[in-house]
Amino acid sequence: MAEDKGDCVEAVHLLYHYLDGELTTERRLLISQHLDDCPPCGEAFDFEAELRVVVRQNCRESVPDHLRQRVADALRQAQLQQE
Amino acid sequence: MADPATFEAQAMEFMPSLYTAALRMTRNPADAEDLVQETYLKAYRGFGGFEQGTNLKAWLYRILTNTFINSYRSKKRRPEESDIDDVEDLYLYRRLGGLEGATAGRSAEDQVLEHFTEGEIKDALDSLPEQFRIAVLLGDVEGFSYKEIAEILDIPIGTVMSRLHRGRRALQKRLYEFGRQRGLVGEPQGKVYG
Repeated sequence: MAEDKGDCVEAVHLLYHYLDGELTTERRLLISQHLDDCPPCGEAFDFEAELRVVVRQNCRESVPDHLRQRVADALRQAQLQQE
Repeated sequence: MADPATFEAQAMEFMPSLYTAALRMTRNPADAEDLVQETYLKAYRGFGGFEQGTNLKAWLYRILTNTFINSYRSKKRRPEESDIDDVEDLYLYRRLGGLEGATAGRSAEDQVLEHFTEGEIKDALDSLPEQFRIAVLLGDVEGFSYKEIAEILDIPIGTVMSRLHRGRRALQKRLYEFGRQRGLVGEPQGKVYG
């Protein structure tokens, strides 16, 4: 069961650092090993990774065409002012 | 002065990303469009100071973020939102039944995620206080590293980690509340680690 052992506490504590790719290679390997050995922690990590994908996918916006045109026009205008 | 053709060739591809961020920052399409335009104009005028070969996207984000903080935030006259509830690790996962027993269906929790609508995910992010919202946006939506976020926001890396991690947990709490309202998830039950 996740968090009943010191290794689980450590893994959960470092969960975000791990998913963010911000651990040293040595620590990363230790956590990876633990996730392989401890399915509850592995599943919890998978869930957090999946949640991040869901957030990223759902927060993307497409640029309105008129905004592209507006910015292009504003840059032309700025260029003319400099000349 | 930078060649506008060069600037456009390099910078325009980041507009979807900048517009996404602007919309999450301002929470208002009209302001977001103004913010994006102003960012591009400032970037164009300052392009001579951009060091070629370094991270243009991060440089543009820094301009976007500073412009937002200096010009757009004050318009709203929002009170300083410096704090959020401290939420424990794995908040949502635990409440969806994860970690309760060895026989729990493998993807039951993941399946709940699929039922959240795009609007709910955006609303959950939008509901976070500004500094946490921006940290989560930069980290999770845009995938910037801690170091890049620190440079964009001009704050120490320790502060980046604190805002990002707390913001993520608070986001999970909001999503859980939405899930409860929609009946996607039940009342808390079983052992909830605190």
